[in-house]
Amino acid sequence: MTAIFFLLPFSLILALLGLGGFVWTLKHGQYEDPQGDASRILYDHLDDGPKV
Amino acid sequence: MAVIDTSADFSAFVRRGADGASRLELLVKGARCAGCMAKIEKGVGELPGVELARLNLTSGKLSVAFKGVGDPARVIETLDRLGYPATPYDPNEAREEHDREGRRLVLALGVAGFGAGNVMMFSVPVWAGLFGQELGPATRETMYWLSALIATPCALYAGMPFFESAFRSLRRGKANMDVPISIGVILTLIVSFSETLLHGAHAYFDAAVSLLFLLLIGRYLDHKLRAQARSAARDLLALQAPAAARLDGRGREHMVPVSDVGVGDRLAVAPGERVPVDGVVEEGASTLDNALITGESTPAAVLVGHACHAGALNLGGRLVIRASAKSEDSAVAAIARLMEAGAQTKSAYVRLADKAAAIYVPVVHTLAAATFIVGWSLGLEFRQALLRAAALLIITCPCALGLAVPAVQITASGRLFRKGVLVKSGAALERLAEVDHVVFDKTGVLTEGRPRLLKTPRDVVEMVAPLARASRHPLARAIAEAAGPGEVATDTKETAGQGIEGYIGGRKARLGRASFVGAPDTGAETELWFAFEGGTMARLRFSDQIRPDAAQAIAALKARGLTVEILSGDLAGPVEAAAREVGVEDWHACLTPFEKVDAIEMLTAAGRKVLMVGDGLNDAAALAKAHAAMAPGSALDASQNAADLVFSGEALAAVPLAIDVARAARKRAMENFEMSAVYNLMAAPAAMLGLVNPFIAAIAMSASSLVVMLNALRMNWAGGRS
Repeated sequence: MTAIFFLLPFSLILALLGLGGFVWTLKHGQYEDPQGDASRILYDHLDDGPKV
Repeated sequence: MAVIDTSADFSAFVRRGADGASRLELLVKGARCAGCMAKIEKGVGELPGVELARLNLTSGKLSVAFKGVGDPARVIETLDRLGYPATPYDPNEAREEHDREGRRLVLALGVAGFGAGNVMMFSVPVWAGLFGQELGPATRETMYWLSALIATPCALYAGMPFFESAFRSLRRGKANMDVPISIGVILTLIVSFSETLLHGAHAYFDAAVSLLFLLLIGRYLDHKLRAQARSAARDLLALQAPAAARLDGRGREHMVPVSDVGVGDRLAVAPGERVPVDGVVEEGASTLDNALITGESTPAAVLVGHACHAGALNLGGRLVIRASAKSEDSAVAAIARLMEAGAQTKSAYVRLADKAAAIYVPVVHTLAAATFIVGWSLGLEFRQALLRAAALLIITCPCALGLAVPAVQITASGRLFRKGVLVKSGAALERLAEVDHVVFDKTGVLTEGRPRLLKTPRDVVEMVAPLARASRHPLARAIAEAAGPGEVATDTKETAGQGIEGYIGGRKARLGRASFVGAPDTGAETELWFAFEGGTMARLRFSDQIRPDAAQAIAALKARGLTVEILSGDLAGPVEAAAREVGVEDWHACLTPFEKVDAIEMLTAAGRKVLMVGDGLNDAAALAKAHAAMAPGSALDASQNAADLVFSGEALAAVPLAIDVARAARKRAMENFEMSAVYNLMAAPAAMLGLVNPFIAAIAMSASSLVVMLNALRMNWAGGRS
């Protein structure tokens, strides 16, 4: 039972981190141009982060 | 697309930032691969003054940031040289791009997904307890409280789109599908809280969130369908009326958005371009193709002082016109009002899902009330009876119903999109499936809308072709097209609105109007004359050709049990000839736009569901009034706005195909409804008898949604395999 009291908040924090990460990707426009992002990694000089 | 004169000034399309920097948004055609993207970004990025050029490969939009004021003409010129024609976006349109609603739905979907996934973590021990595993009431309650901690905020946030829509609908005195959803979710939360407080065994926190998660998938698909069509429609508009060339005092051309043109402005209209607003010709002479506006297939000659209408295609020489109306109140105003009235009748259409809700809501809510009252009067505890009624509402919550239609429609429209047909909304597909009568416009729909050379001896075509290849006039181009590539005349000189003169193999020759070549003038606009100096003269005649697959498409429509009719603004002769060629017995000619609307109204009053296929301004009001409407990609923007579906390409086969897919989509949606009904018929009695527990609710809900989704994917094969 003690393990649960430790594991539950821990797993929740992990999940919240995941949700936070999703919101971050959304706010930074990572879903605006899926086709372009897939192509950009093929070129060294284009391999930059997405732009808002 | 009209060739953009790159010496012109495009500065009106540049958006100024506060920090002195400026931005330009362009629609780039033909960029499809990583290589194109690298080439474009490198080419434009290296121009002086350009800070950053970034191409969105998905939407085909290039966004250019300048350090200072910027030189948009240079960017367009560079893109043209790289082989990608580009059109600037109206800055006002570009700002509206941002898809707020879509982002909000994705965010809600993310939150619901997080909630559903994590509540499940606490639900699994509870479910295990339901099957005899050891789980004390205290542990179960702890699990419920932890579930509540996650589920409540997630459900309240993710449910907002539904709650808001339900509230709006109730305020109008109606109940759409979101009303039972909202009642279901809120009631589930309340019952779960009270059960946990009263140490009950059944709480449904997981059901509330996973229900919203599944429903949001459906909602997001529906939104995506509309957003995709909206942006495609905007792209078409940007390509069609990119700009007007306004002349300043010194005669220099400035490209301005059409909406900025004021009364009294002097505008240049190059050959091959459309007249941007209503106006009066001040300089030049030419021939205008009014097919899109009046439906007439014969071009009309215009001289200084003649009026010309927005949308007319300039076939001859360069014209300078003085604008006599702004773009929003050009001759189209009366037609626009008619279109608005038509659009209102369309919005009165009740969608399939809402029709289902109209049956579903009273039935289920009456059943729930009956469960409670009968259960209580038959000796159940008050709390027990209430819990059974709540379980009924939860398990019959229209999860599958919410997915049933959008999942089918997004697959159907994706399939049509790959075939070159753009669907503007899910409702459009539903209406198209009901159609039983098809009305065609003639010019530009049944016909190609551009001149083709009529049967001419091969040696004559060969003789004329070198001179024709040197001209950009549509009639000359039709000759060049018929002759294929070859020799080009030298020392050519083109006189606008008259003809072209040049040397073929050292002999001087002329091609043009009868008077230009020296032949007796017949006044006909669809013919050209050709002669070597002092030699015999040859006459070349043109006509607007029927689309090659028109007869086939109409036969296909008839085979599907639809009746076909032609309503045209053109003269009786050409309409009758076209009708005979494509095999339509029922045709009417010389109709005004208003008579077309009357004809559609009469058909509607007679109980027919009419599909209108048209392209001109004279069709726009009829398109808006008809039950469903299609327009070719070459249609005027007003008509494309009024149409539900826009098909690109030359083939009229898109019309029967779209009807097939729409009918298949309706069939799939009805199957989905039937499956949901069967599911509810099994689930509802179980809930009323108190046989439902949280585990069964979770399995039943997700299984029914999955079945509905899989059935929708079968749409990918509708109307024949690709």
